[in-house]
Amino acid sequence: MRMRKIAVASAALCALIQPAFAKTISVAPGDRSQERLQEALIAAEPGDVVELAEGKFVLTDGLSLDVNGVTLKGQGVQKSILDFSGQKGAGEGLLVTSDDVILRDFAVENSKGDGIKSKGADRIVYHKLRVEWTGGPKESNGAYGVYPVESKDVLVDSVIVRGASDAGIYVGQSRNIIVRDSIVTENVAGIEIENSYDADVFDNIATRNTGGVLIFDLPSLPQMGGKNVRVFDNIIIDNMTPNFAPKGNIVANVPTGTGVMVMANRNVEIFDNVLGENGTSNIMVVGYRFEHKDPNYDPLPQNVVIWDNQHGRAGWDPKFRGGPEIAAAMGGSFPAIFWDGAGGATKAPIIMDSVPALSLGLTDITADPTMARPSPLAPATSRPAALPAIKLPDAMEAAVR
Amino acid sequence: MRVLFTALASLAAAVATAHSSNGVSDQAIIADANPPSLSAFGFFNGAADKPAATLVPYALRTPLFSDYAEKQRFIHLPEGAKVTVDTNGQMQFPIGTALIKSFGYERENGGLKVLETRLLLHRAEGWVALPYVWRADGRDADLRVGGTRIPVSFKKPDGRVMNISYAVPNKNQCKQCHSSGNEILPIGPAARNMVLPYPDLSGGMAALVSVLQAEAKWDDPASGSLDQRAHAYLRVNCGHCHAAKGSASNSGLFLDGSARDKTAVGIGKRPVAAGRASGDMDFIIEAGNPGRSILIGRMKSTDPGIAMPELGRDSVHDEGVKLLEDWIAAMKP
Repeated sequence: MRMRKIAVASAALCALIQPAFAKTISVAPGDRSQERLQEALIAAEPGDVVELAEGKFVLTDGLSLDVNGVTLKGQGVQKSILDFSGQKGAGEGLLVTSDDVILRDFAVENSKGDGIKSKGADRIVYHKLRVEWTGGPKESNGAYGVYPVESKDVLVDSVIVRGASDAGIYVGQSRNIIVRDSIVTENVAGIEIENSYDADVFDNIATRNTGGVLIFDLPSLPQMGGKNVRVFDNIIIDNMTPNFAPKGNIVANVPTGTGVMVMANRNVEIFDNVLGENGTSNIMVVGYRFEHKDPNYDPLPQNVVIWDNQHGRAGWDPKFRGGPEIAAAMGGSFPAIFWDGAGGATKAPIIMDSVPALSLGLTDITADPTMARPSPLAPATSRPAALPAIKLPDAMEAAVR
Repeated sequence: MRVLFTALASLAAAVATAHSSNGVSDQAIIADANPPSLSAFGFFNGAADKPAATLVPYALRTPLFSDYAEKQRFIHLPEGAKVTVDTNGQMQFPIGTALIKSFGYERENGGLKVLETRLLLHRAEGWVALPYVWRADGRDADLRVGGTRIPVSFKKPDGRVMNISYAVPNKNQCKQCHSSGNEILPIGPAARNMVLPYPDLSGGMAALVSVLQAEAKWDDPASGSLDQRAHAYLRVNCGHCHAAKGSASNSGLFLDGSARDKTAVGIGKRPVAAGRASGDMDFIIEAGNPGRSILIGRMKSTDPGIAMPELGRDSVHDEGVKLLEDWIAAMKP
């Protein structure tokens, strides 16, 4: 029995390291494309490439891939299109549940639920993909565009997501993550890193969302204590699309006009970004202010460090309860950076940007926002040692070079 | 444990003695290759309503809802094999076991028209799940790893005629529900939920179940309290994914009976990745208020972006919805 397992394992290993064994399974659009494509994704073996021909694949159900080491590849994001407009079942367009998978050069359109979800899929690469709800922002659109969850080593590179009614690129309960060179537009949240550890979010453009980049930690989930996230070198501008998330969702509470929002995370660095034209604020750091009964959850953000960002206009139309009153008291506009004050002075973000910042003074996490006692947040003169850069396994980087 | 073991030994013994003439191919079950036709296994004699004499039929006290399809369930055990039950009441089947489940709808002139037969085969490397779709002539069924859809018309219990697109799951979707971690496991045959028809076997099961306590039957108020019946329904219909090692582990919503607090079963729990399924509601379950509970909203929807369970749901299970509405309404806010 033991021998047999070893034999199976080494056979799989051989398939991975000897490309000579790998084959390409080509699938063209047309009659029975649902069954043919799904059968190819099931028949594929480790090392194989399932190649989508040019054209539109009209699909009736979600697709899924559960074989390690498979590449699903199209001819380009405008050329190979998985069209889920007529989807009748499954919670997402494409579901990946295996490791070492590469998804590249195709598009997913109008899925009824999420676009592409990968769960427990370690070392997954999302590269040169488009996930789009082609009617633009609508409450009836699916929730997440690109949705890796419960995974270790995640790379999202050169992906475009438009129209998600929750987050365009959402990484949840994962660790060791890079999201880069991607464009998120007309989603409720552009990019969201939630309940995750060790993430770099850089060189992205987040524009015309409700909120550009969200770094959240939520209670009552298997993985909590989100930490070690760097947001840098991004362009986060004009995130003024009115919030179109169905109410009840956590992102339905994101104020229209949010640049970067950190909620209840720790060890977050926000630097070298270009931010502006965000009507509520460019950067906000807040506690989780909903009732919860999770004794293992910490609702307070801490060790948030902000430096060297370029700030354009912000704060002329703060869209949260109590916001307009504070803005009025401050001469009509809200600051480009604010912290809700959760947890008091020891939890204050460290700020070394050249714009005014504000504390709302809501030290008590249960306090109502209308009870705010705003006061300026003094700039810091030094900051703690920087977080290390995220490094992914070489094979993942090689896949996108 | 000793009592359990004895009860099971007698069950296994009874099965084993029923095994003298066996048309089933044990080799087809344990081989690596998946036969393209169901007939290769010898489970049926040329029609879905002619199971091999050695198959052990069984029923479940609370079954999974599958678009009102009727199901016929059988166990094939290799000769002389024994089934054991772990302390959770989960049955442990030996290698070479096949769990066979046919799905169909009543014909207008009576009788069951079987559409598909799903197999769970216990091989040396673990369980394998395969969907077979019956041919139009009903003589054999073909492996359809990619799944398919079949238009179906049937009458709901209230007499309404439904026209649905019945989904035969693809091989991955089989695993989606049957996975625990990276393993495929049977879901249905939990001793507390099983009903075996043979008197000699049922004797063994009765002894077993009297030790384990039979689970409430979802639609029989005499079998348990509203709370017990609701939990039985949730365990069977939701608990395979909503478990710590299931497909919906990331939701933090655990309906397999493992939850230790109210939040983990959804009461007062805010949605995480529900998307538009949240439908203006704040909680998975709002105690006392089924109309404000996302769980009910999802059960009442057939929109794939909202509906739960995600698979095999092109119609609403009115009676199941009613049970859970009553359950939530009875909770103290």
